[in-house]
Amino acid sequence: MSIAQHPSKEAQPDNYLTHGKGFMSWAFTLDHKRIGLLYMAFVLSAFAFGGTFAVLLRTSLLTPNHWMIADDTKAKLFYNNMFSLHGAVMVFMFIIPAVPAILGNFVLPMMLGAKDVAFPRLNLMSLWIYAIGACFFGWVLFGGILRTLFDIHLPFGWGLDTGWTFYTPFSTSKAEDGMVAGVLGAFVLGFSSILTGVNFITSIHTLRPRGMTWFRMPLFLWALYATSIIQILATPVLAITLLLLVAERLLHVGIFDSSLGGDPVLFQHFFWFYSHPAVYIMILPGMGVISEVISSHSRKHIFGYNFIALSSVALALLGFLVWGHHLFVAGQSNVADSIFSLLTFSVAIPSAVKVFNWLSTLYRGSIRFTPAMLFAMGFILLFTIGGLTGLFLGALQTDVPLHDTYFVIAHFHYVMVGSMVFAFLAGMYHWFPKMFGKMTNPFWGRVGAIMLFIGFNVTFFPQFVMGAHGSPRRWATYPAEFQVYHDISTVGAYIMAISLITVLINWLAALKWGKPAPANPWGANTLEWRTPSPPPHDNFPTPPIADDPYDMSKWEFDPSIEGWVIRQTEAPHPPDDRTLSVPH
Amino acid sequence: MNAMLNMLADVGGSFWMPPQASEIAGEVDWLFFFIFWICVFFFLLILVLLVAFAWKYRYREGQPMLDAPKHNTAAELTWTFIPTVIVIVIFFYGFKGYLHMVVPPPNAFEVDVTAHMWDYTFSYPYPNDQISDDNKLHIPVNQPVVFVLTSTDVLHGFYIPVFRIKKDVVPGRYNKIWATATMTGEFDLFCTQYCGQDHSSMRRKVVVQSAADFNKWVNGLGGGGLKGPARGHYLWATRGCSTCHSVDGSATGKAPTWKDVYGSEVVTMKDGTMTADEDYLHDVISHPNIHPLPGFQPLMPPTEGLINDADISDIILYLKSISKYYHPALPAAGGPSTQPSTVPAK
Repeated sequence: MSIAQHPSKEAQPDNYLTHGKGFMSWAFTLDHKRIGLLYMAFVLSAFAFGGTFAVLLRTSLLTPNHWMIADDTKAKLFYNNMFSLHGAVMVFMFIIPAVPAILGNFVLPMMLGAKDVAFPRLNLMSLWIYAIGACFFGWVLFGGILRTLFDIHLPFGWGLDTGWTFYTPFSTSKAEDGMVAGVLGAFVLGFSSILTGVNFITSIHTLRPRGMTWFRMPLFLWALYATSIIQILATPVLAITLLLLVAERLLHVGIFDSSLGGDPVLFQHFFWFYSHPAVYIMILPGMGVISEVISSHSRKHIFGYNFIALSSVALALLGFLVWGHHLFVAGQSNVADSIFSLLTFSVAIPSAVKVFNWLSTLYRGSIRFTPAMLFAMGFILLFTIGGLTGLFLGALQTDVPLHDTYFVIAHFHYVMVGSMVFAFLAGMYHWFPKMFGKMTNPFWGRVGAIMLFIGFNVTFFPQFVMGAHGSPRRWATYPAEFQVYHDISTVGAYIMAISLITVLINWLAALKWGKPAPANPWGANTLEWRTPSPPPHDNFPTPPIADDPYDMSKWEFDPSIEGWVIRQTEAPHPPDDRTLSVPH
Repeated sequence: MNAMLNMLADVGGSFWMPPQASEIAGEVDWLFFFIFWICVFFFLLILVLLVAFAWKYRYREGQPMLDAPKHNTAAELTWTFIPTVIVIVIFFYGFKGYLHMVVPPPNAFEVDVTAHMWDYTFSYPYPNDQISDDNKLHIPVNQPVVFVLTSTDVLHGFYIPVFRIKKDVVPGRYNKIWATATMTGEFDLFCTQYCGQDHSSMRRKVVVQSAADFNKWVNGLGGGGLKGPARGHYLWATRGCSTCHSVDGSATGKAPTWKDVYGSEVVTMKDGTMTADEDYLHDVISHPNIHPLPGFQPLMPPTEGLINDADISDIILYLKSISKYYHPALPAAGGPSTQPSTVPAK
């Protein structure tokens, strides 16, 4: 423990960043921490790629009839390619892998007090499958933009104009040629997701350290566990569905196209059987991050551990039963609509439980307004709005006018961006010192968090109103009456872009000029904080013993290192029976 | 701020909702605002608690840690139970209203809506099985109308915001939705399911008329007393042909103009040069895209059920009337002609 207590007083020891040099030591690393960083490079590039086109897309919506390109056909094809690119890149390459692949890979083995994940080679394989899939898919999508705009024909650069949902029969009969390539890209990315899930589940089952019972596991691990279950069970369904799409498109086997004897609505069932659970693949890890951040930065034991842990599992299971709400107006039977509506509402309950538990964690805490905490508080508010507006869409009668309008766009961006991206950034600020051994400048971190919160609401709140007034989604042009909402929204998108750049600069500045980070800058009690920042190659000099992950009482602040150390008067790991969770 | 709110509300109706123009709209809006106020209450509750806790329990130098419970089963069960009750109530109202919304009454007037890329055909099986002649959806006020929806190509949507009704238009199926309009006037009809390049242009109008006006309009459909070329022109305007084909020689970029097409030499992609005579025109109208042309996407929707052989004959007569290659001689006045009349070659 001496290393954990006085990292800055030791001579600079070897850490995972300096352990092994050169390209090969990174490209073929089996170290989960390096794999996490490599994922970060790829995933953040995808985020920047999808984000750039989000800004372009909003810019083209400044006026009712596209103003950037004179030719009507070209402008519409450009828009259709752009929104497909934005959706596909953000969903398949950013939101799904962001928290599990970056933060999960980096943190999970250390939270388990382990040297690595259960299958390090599989982990490396999933990274490169992701990288190949993402580059190929990104190329296809970007090629489509070049083709529509400048008539440049890149090899494989066919473009995709189906949206990320690939709805039939448009995708199998009319869409651009990139459909098959795009589907293959998504197919490949799915394997990366499955392999990560397998790895995490095995790691959590087999690598838990002494003292860590299931109900003494950090909540981030519960969230990743629930996420991994969905990844393993749902992703293969997507893979099969995508193969069926290719079979129909290339071999004209009638599966979904009614002119070949298929059923277009069947595709929607298959697609959402994956893609609704995928919503929980996206949000559950974020919820896990928030549990860690809220507890650590208010220096308070998480409130209602069991309810939070079990609500993650409940969300993972219930998430499989609600896909039909995407088909409320597609023409499925009224009986199916009613059952899916009722099941959809069941998801509201574990979500509400989590929010109230996080709020209660703040109660009588000692709250630090670190950037991580501000992002987490932003998460709570935005997730609340995102969740509550889901009530309008779960209720059958109000869903009918709102379905496929901007109301839905606003709702899922509140969940996917307002919640997931805020949780991801909260987690990044929380674990940044551990990853790089540098502290970020808290002032600019706070500026980024507050600006992003404002920009986000300016962008997406008007879309609720616009949608309620009847503006459908995926429109390249629109009637003049909707312009005011679009314009406010576009200004918001610019504010968001500036905030995210602020955050990025804040990180880069920390890498260069940041103060060295202590082993435990926040005084959290999960195991990753008991090793130096950045950690050595093998994570822990001696395997740590786990106790209640949220009992922070034994840590005290040491101003000389600006970090937290275990109080000397106590045994390093006091067995504390009061912290054992008692099942209700 | 007020000016801003007024500007936002400029699209009619309230800040949140467009005007109500159907019987069901009031019911939908009631549920919308019922849920809305529940949301406002819970959002404010969470906001106030978050801000209050964040402020009250902010870290201050030298402040000792406060004692607080790690869990409280009673509180946790309460905030599991209360949302459960609320969502069941919301489900119930949503379900009840939905059944009202989707089950058409047996005496509803039927309009058949056929969607294709990127237009709708509104046909009226009663009284004369005819198609709307101005590409707008006409319906009578204060009478239940059921819309029977199908598509000839890809998924489309059928959404009338002021009626608060929406249904996907799916190829190979007949979806139904109904409404009773309560207000005469012209309203928006939007396609809500992404359907390719011109999805955002797939916007049409719903015209709600008094019973008398509507009856007059619907009984006059079908070109009534029109004959020959005049009826051909009427069909051009009412069967969707006018969306892509011009008749004045202007280029639409989507399909060739009809001006001077009859009798011309057409360069096709598969079959070389063909003369646009009666047989050729019959084939390309009854079997769209049978002879793809360079410079145009083969996007013409199927015409089966929309145009019959008698219609095609009238359209060909119309095409002749606007072609410079057609010079018919009239029968000579005053007696039988001694020479056969010939159509001069071009």
